[in-house]
Amino acid sequence: MSDLNKLTIAQARDHLRAGDVTAVQLTEACLDAIAGAEKLNAFVHHTPELAIERAKAADARIAAGDAPAMCGIPVGIKDLFCTEGVPSQAASRILQGFRPEYESTVSAQLRDAGAVMLGKLNMDEFAMGSSNETSVYGNVINPWKVDARDLTPGGSSGGSAAAVAADLCLAATGTDTGGSIRQPAAFTGTVGIKPTYGRCSRWGIVAFASSLDQAGPMTKTVRDAAIMLQAMCGHDAKDSTSADLPVPDFEAMLTGDIRGQKIGIPREYRMDGMPAEIEALWKQGADMLRDAGADIVDISLPHTKYALPAYYVIAPAEASSNLARYDGVRYGHRATLGQGDGITEMYEKTRAEGFGPEVQRRVMIGTYVLSAGFYDAYYNRARKVRSLIKRDFEQAFAAGIDAILTPATPSAAFGLGEMAEADPVQMYLNDVFTVTVNLAGLPGVAVPAGLDAQGLPLGLQLIGRPWEEGALLNTAHVLEGATGFVSKPAKWW
Amino acid sequence: MSEIDLETARKVAHLARIAVPEGNLPALAQELSQILTFMEELNAVDVEGIEPMTSVTPMRLKRRQDGVTDGDIQAKILSNAPDAREGFFAVPKVVE
Repeated sequence: MSDLNKLTIAQARDHLRAGDVTAVQLTEACLDAIAGAEKLNAFVHHTPELAIERAKAADARIAAGDAPAMCGIPVGIKDLFCTEGVPSQAASRILQGFRPEYESTVSAQLRDAGAVMLGKLNMDEFAMGSSNETSVYGNVINPWKVDARDLTPGGSSGGSAAAVAADLCLAATGTDTGGSIRQPAAFTGTVGIKPTYGRCSRWGIVAFASSLDQAGPMTKTVRDAAIMLQAMCGHDAKDSTSADLPVPDFEAMLTGDIRGQKIGIPREYRMDGMPAEIEALWKQGADMLRDAGADIVDISLPHTKYALPAYYVIAPAEASSNLARYDGVRYGHRATLGQGDGITEMYEKTRAEGFGPEVQRRVMIGTYVLSAGFYDAYYNRARKVRSLIKRDFEQAFAAGIDAILTPATPSAAFGLGEMAEADPVQMYLNDVFTVTVNLAGLPGVAVPAGLDAQGLPLGLQLIGRPWEEGALLNTAHVLEGATGFVSKPAKWW
Repeated sequence: MSEIDLETARKVAHLARIAVPEGNLPALAQELSQILTFMEELNAVDVEGIEPMTSVTPMRLKRRQDGVTDGDIQAKILSNAPDAREGFFAVPKVVE
């Protein structure tokens, strides 16, 4: 069988169980694809020996008949996840050389399920960015290309999205604080789900904004998202916010039947200046769900327009606190000190050298909004607005809405460097449709839904009720089937 | 529009323990001002009587016994330190 790297998780699982493919063969196909895709700059730390070792172990497990669905599946891991003995630096200079002595809970669960880690994936520094341009490793290039320009794969999980779209791995882990799984999925024609806050343990994942961060899978299909999410979820005593709830069989919930489901279309997501193509795609998506038997209902989420400013108070505030730990004492980079420099100079020089401009900006904004005299005006007000945003969703769900359909992004992938001259707020607008979901702690999934006139993928987002990822994925599965999206980027790299 | 002056920018950089050269302060002050202006859209929301959100999911945090759960891993803890000596993290002199 050729092109094993192009398989979905579900296909690979079935071949592995049938015995006509081995995990070692799958892994070798991916390692070859990775070696031939240096230009994309998606994989930044390679672990081929570890991968082959784990693939051999997976083959033994499959032969013994003890194989969970992820057993033998080659995956990429975002650099934000701490992986034992393997560099984990959140794409930041400040964690250069850091090799964790421990494994994050999510990557440990994948490892224990038999998944094969191929290496670590590029991302925006500390997951702060929407274009993968803030990484210490340099930009990731989107495998989708329509002219001479190199396009962004989105961010922050840009390496994960590019690697999955280019078939360098069967799937990848991502994390999502304001849209960092869903926006890159939409920019690369892949599927990405951010589960309900608390579904996946945050333990061992480098923290950005603890009340917003969630891990999730980035995959080629909705079925794969269901399979991989299952392996990543579950209660973990090491994360006090991890939910002690049973994890259902998400794949078994993909029945394809959404008759009678009420799908809300929030009027506030119709933004001024939204491209007509995105508006049309959104309407088309609603029509498809209606054709499948769902009721399409217009709804209102009145505080939507305040989500971005609230997010850009809360996320930097939490980040400034979380990133205080990078002080050059216990791990990572320490600046070379001058004669007479004391501990304050050590902190200040280390953090100036170690953090890139966007991270510095957010840490300082967070410091400002938490400082004496401004805490109430900014931080507390933003938390009150957050309550209102969450209440908007609660009221929609209480009125019987099962899921909400929105565009995933306000545009298709843009060119790398095109936003360099824009002020930071322009870049933040990328998250306008996704950020509400993090603020309310809800599950959200991006599904590829079509191509724009240039030939670039566009995605739609479905937002679900808390803890109902199974039903949400079922609706996404129906949408995926109806759009019939099968396009792949033509190989140029 | 919110104006962050140079003095405030210098103070914020110091509170954040990030060394910012004097020459970069005007640009930093301008960027911070732009972002704060964007945040001030929140002033249009009526938040009278609304509690600030403190918990994402209505869940009581789990408790455990206040006991030792880990330990005897000094070498692991120090393995990534930029400067570790005699079983300690080493830093520049703090007390004269």
